[in-house]
Amino acid sequence: MAELEAGTTTGPQRPRPLSPHLQVYKMMLTFVMSGFHRISGAALYFGILLLAWWLIAAASGPNAYANVEWFMGSLIGRLVLFGYTWALLHHMLGGIRHLIWDTIHGFEPAERELLALATLVGSISLTLIVWVVGYLAMGGPR
Amino acid sequence: MKGAQMSTPARRVRGLGAARSGTKHFWHQRVTSVAAVPLTIALVIIVIALLGRSHAAAVQILGSPIVAIIMLLFIINTAYHMWIGMQEIIIDYVHEDKLKLASLMANTFFCFAVGFASAFAILKLSFGV
Repeated sequence: MAELEAGTTTGPQRPRPLSPHLQVYKMMLTFVMSGFHRISGAALYFGILLLAWWLIAAASGPNAYANVEWFMGSLIGRLVLFGYTWALLHHMLGGIRHLIWDTIHGFEPAERELLALATLVGSISLTLIVWVVGYLAMGGPR
Repeated sequence: MKGAQMSTPARRVRGLGAARSGTKHFWHQRVTSVAAVPLTIALVIIVIALLGRSHAAAVQILGSPIVAIIMLLFIINTAYHMWIGMQEIIIDYVHEDKLKLASLMANTFFCFAVGFASAFAILKLSFGV
């Protein structure tokens, strides 16, 4: 106890510093992209069930596989798959952004903004490219 | 001793912190994220190659060694990566002890189940039966 009383900066009386909560920050692109990295990760966490379902169905037989194909081909299925594609590619590019930061590069204001913008523009472009290539591989939309 | 030093010298030397595992998860998340980049690109290519194919053709492609190995690596790597990631999210947002423990456990069960089920499916496609 003597130790606690001797120091002026310690002890239970002094209020501990608190981290400000989300709403005090200005909505900036870097801030939104940071949040979206986590949100896309969480979406992919549950989205992997689609991949598992697809693989298990393929291993189960033609009927199970036909069910998956029917769902993936439906409007809702396509929307979910489109969202999954975007979340996957966005999370991948966001992850690369974090790996760049891990090398202690890209922290200047302009670089941060550029990286955030590149992540967003890159993920949207890549998603559209993947879907165009996908439809071309199937011989056009059906 | 100056100030209130709450940890023992041995603990400081080990440098493992409150979770007793140090920066292990931080590092493993980096390793799996680096691995995830080529694996994700490969997965997207495999899925595109399988679009619109019959069940028999899909089984043949998914069961071929190179594709099956890539799919297995993707699944195992992803299961571990998402386990760490979701644990991070739970620790950040779930503060009630019982709910936190239950969530952490559910996270482990989910990642193991999805990982093993997918891996089993790929192996079955490869070895037949």
